Amino acid sequence: MSGMTMSEKILARASGTPHVRAGQIVDGYVDLLYMHEMLALAIKPFDEIGVGRIWDPSKCVVTVDHWVPPPNEQIARMHQAIREFCWKYGIERFHDVGDHGIIHQLVVERGYVRPGMLVIGSDSHTNMAGAMGAFAAGIGVTETAAVMATGKLWLKVPETLDVRVDGRLSSRTGAKDVILRVIQTTGDDGASYKAVEFHGGTIHDFPMNERFVLSNMTTEMGAKAGMVPADGTTREYLRELGAESEALDADSDARYLRAYDIDVDGMGPQVACPNNPANVKPVEEVAGTKIDMAFVGSCTNARIQDLRAAAEVLKGEKVAARVRMVVTPASQAIYRQAMKEGLVEVFLDAGATFTSSTCGPCFGGHMGVLAPKEVCISSTNRNYPGRMGSPESQVYLGSPYTVAASALYGQITDPRGA
Amino acid sequence: METRFQGRAWLFGDDISTDHIIAGKYLGSMDLKSLAEHAMENVDPQFSKKVRPGDILVAGSNFGCGSSREQAPVALKGVGLSCVIAETFARIFYRNAINIGFPLVECPALRGKVKEGDSISVDMAAGTITLASAERIPFAPLPPNLLDILRAGGLVPKLRQELAARPP
Repeated sequence: MSGMTMSEKILARASGTPHVRAGQIVDGYVDLLYMHEMLALAIKPFDEIGVGRIWDPSKCVVTVDHWVPPPNEQIARMHQAIREFCWKYGIERFHDVGDHGIIHQLVVERGYVRPGMLVIGSDSHTNMAGAMGAFAAGIGVTETAAVMATGKLWLKVPETLDVRVDGRLSSRTGAKDVILRVIQTTGDDGASYKAVEFHGGTIHDFPMNERFVLSNMTTEMGAKAGMVPADGTTREYLRELGAESEALDADSDARYLRAYDIDVDGMGPQVACPNNPANVKPVEEVAGTKIDMAFVGSCTNARIQDLRAAAEVLKGEKVAARVRMVVTPASQAIYRQAMKEGLVEVFLDAGATFTSSTCGPCFGGHMGVLAPKEVCISSTNRNYPGRMGSPESQVYLGSPYTVAASALYGQITDPRGA
Repeated sequence: METRFQGRAWLFGDDISTDHIIAGKYLGSMDLKSLAEHAMENVDPQFSKKVRPGDILVAGSNFGCGSSREQAPVALKGVGLSCVIAETFARIFYRNAINIGFPLVECPALRGKVKEGDSISVDMAAGTITLASAERIPFAPLPPNLLDILRAGGLVPKLRQELAARPP
């Protein structure tokens, strides 16, 4: 019997069997269920199921992140319903406005996700937690209600794509550029129903904040889960948060559906052009495209290292005339750290606006929505039509370096020269 | 619930994302009627006015890619579509649709065989699509566990049935 992939190992354990194979359907018992505003919509189906209790409130994490603070009464009512639900059912890890963060960031910066866990979240970018060596997948409202009631869900054990990335990147080039290249290679459905594992020297050398970017955007490959092996870097990251860790990787004789060898030696910044995250070009090919807005934010690229990168470019400079820049940290903890390091001042001096943590502009919700004909360069994850506002607006996706350099010149700009 | 449908076909292309199906600005609600008014608005602003109950949406590959928003299948169900046929579906959209009792048919063999407005029929359990020309196209029926959820009318009624069947 050949060895197991990371997904097979985790789903075997989570379903209480010694060995599973891709294609098998298992009942997975959930180690961590996390939820944002979609919880408000899951309350009705949860009540209809009628169990009257949550299977294990200590395995649940809740925050609000899509609209924070609430921009209107409808959303305020959602937040109210969430608060009352958490209090009623004893969910202690409820992080309300002020203590909040974009949930994918919040669960990894608080040490809630650990290697080997089966993590389920009420959001498509739950894949991000896979960077901790967990199996992490997103679900919708009805299934969130079902997991709260039963603690389990059916999962087809996925086939796995082995994505090996090797080579030394050019300057001001990082995981965002790598994952855009990977998505270009596989297409935006290249990993549909499948898991992705990242291996190779470039991945091994990436710190956790970069690994999060990779796993995060496996969602844009259609992946069910996107995993980075848990190694010494993972252990060190968790140790600083006071949490235990174990190493986890696939067996050396695990069976993959397909392997991709991606050579990134000397590769520079990449940009995904409208209207598909797989429509990727080297930044040089789109340089000069005029922009109206530059956005650094979202679960994908708004960690402290991302804010540092943007500030490095903007320090002592001004955002171009007729361009506005919005910077939104991925959590309140990152907000505080950015204040401490003087980054907020750099952004304000440059003429950018710096907001409280929210998903806001990334999905066209609030705090930076696009009007018709407007063009935005964004550190976020999707650029389908209407994603950030008007269906006639256009979104280019790039790294925080590329976003900041483009803000300075009012047009898409290679950050290596900025 | 019914597992056989007949209706007029509405054609869409590849990579129809959840942003196409229902825009982010409508996500504060799960109300079937108000979501239905905005179904497919980012592709065809008149879609909800043109659709008749029972119509069938026919799309290419990767239908429903993007977010986990369950409002996407809710909007399509709400507008009166009987089902969606696509070459392939994105996984969260797929689960969400089944979980709310909205049938999906994965049928790669259909490409190029249907014209907008054609009357087609679908038999979910048998795994066949019958075209306007009477040609039959087979597809792999849903696995039994998913067909059970659909027959119950969705995951919530399915769990209610299971709980009711359990000895006290």
